[in-house]
Amino acid sequence: MMQKIMQSKISVSDLNFFYGKTQALHGVSLEIPAREVIAFIGPSGCGKSTFLRTLNRMNDLIPAARAEGRVTIDGQNVYAPETDVAALRRKVGMVFQKSNPFPKSIYENVAYGIRINRIHANKADLSDRVEKALRDAALWNEVKDRLNSSAFSLSGGQQQRLCIARALAVKPEIVLMDEPASALDPIATQKIEELIVELKREYTIVVVTHNMQQATRVSDKTAFFMLGKLIEYNRTQKMFTNPDEKLTEDYITGRFG
Amino acid sequence: MANLNLTVNRRRKITNGIMTTLTAACAVFAVIVLLSIIFYIAARGTAALNFQFLVDTPKPVGEGGGIGNAILGSAIMTILASAIGLPIGIAAGVYLAELGNGWYGKIIRFVADTLIGVPSIIIGIFVYATFVMPMGRQSGLAGAVALALIMIPIVARTTEEMIRLVPVSMREAALALGAPQWRVSWDIVLPAASAGIATGAILAIARITGETAPLLFTALNSRFYNFYLDQPMASLTVQIFNYATGPFEVEHQMAWAATLILVGLILLINILVRFLTKKRF
Repeated sequence: MMQKIMQSKISVSDLNFFYGKTQALHGVSLEIPAREVIAFIGPSGCGKSTFLRTLNRMNDLIPAARAEGRVTIDGQNVYAPETDVAALRRKVGMVFQKSNPFPKSIYENVAYGIRINRIHANKADLSDRVEKALRDAALWNEVKDRLNSSAFSLSGGQQQRLCIARALAVKPEIVLMDEPASALDPIATQKIEELIVELKREYTIVVVTHNMQQATRVSDKTAFFMLGKLIEYNRTQKMFTNPDEKLTEDYITGRFG
Repeated sequence: MANLNLTVNRRRKITNGIMTTLTAACAVFAVIVLLSIIFYIAARGTAALNFQFLVDTPKPVGEGGGIGNAILGSAIMTILASAIGLPIGIAAGVYLAELGNGWYGKIIRFVADTLIGVPSIIIGIFVYATFVMPMGRQSGLAGAVALALIMIPIVARTTEEMIRLVPVSMREAALALGAPQWRVSWDIVLPAASAGIATGAILAIARITGETAPLLFTALNSRFYNFYLDQPMASLTVQIFNYATGPFEVEHQMAWAATLILVGLILLINILVRFLTKKRF
């Protein structure tokens, strides 16, 4: 059985989530330790993206959506009325399935989050932070000579790494990734995967993926969702070699899904 | 399996050919109408057109005269109306798009749509009753208010539509960085929608530049250069109306020339704003 980790970065207990009358998550509980990569797998519509988006309250944008239960990050209740959602999202960054750069220059894309949160001391500091973020996202060498070009001039894989750089620039502690490589070719995907492993040294990373090989390559732990329920949560190696649940085994061996 | 034989699909090919020709013909027709209007106005308008005509004030028939004060009056009222109408209209559009999903937004949207359909002369009568009567006389300010009232619903609705076209993913990206709602609207959504909003604004400006009816009651007309907003003010459209309804051929020629100037100015506004709002990214 799964062991309770003493100091979890993210702690979720008995989370139910509803889109109007439709229940999308059923009593999900799980603990995510700091500086690890957690992969969420499961068939389409199983609630893994919904669950990911409860962690930074992106679901607030959806009318009639409602969460019940408890999500705490560093011991603070995410759904408490006094929670500052903007501050929460600064701490819990997010990378989306489809790269979504702003219609601005490459530089301004990365600088935007720093500017709105007033993290930088001065102009030089801002540039340093932009460079650091682009380096962390393994994009610096490809864009350093054209920082003022449009973000849309980049290739798909570069745009996605730009979005990662943009998320990293505000110094989050947790990075949520919703199928970050699903729209990319194998080479770009490999770059993103290497990046995820690299980022683990500084960040806690939760990544939703449809690609089970990807989960084995990048993650320390894997959570398997089905029909809005968390079926199994285990160390990735164990999960893919000797899962506790029959359903998990059926899914990863391709018997359904 | 689908039949790949050409002869079987002939009916579809013929239908396709007919429909393509039909839509192309309609497109050509629309362009021809526009071009013939412009050419006709240009042909009739050049007779009376000269520099003196552009700077002179109207004079008794036979002594020449021009539309200088009318151009100035139109410019002042259009700029003033835009200064009132564009900020209110755009702000209302932002509200409708970002927060207007409740009953309040629905009512505003319905009222705006109704207002767009109200004949402009009724706006003129309304401003006459609420503005001109208390003030005691017609004025350039009253004219500008009437034009602004025509603008506001048009600008609000086009702004709303343009903002709704901005992909949700772009908002989410900004919100996920910890941006408050107002900054997302201001920094990301508005710039992304700016080209569309500008187009809506141009259409509204072009529309009010061509309005005559609401000015008849409100700004009236003037035979002099007038910079005072509390005095009656000339405008190109009302001047055209006056010249065109006059009994003399010279006046008709001046009406055509003024029309040419009006169309030229509207065209100029279009080109200018297109150029200014060219997409950079």
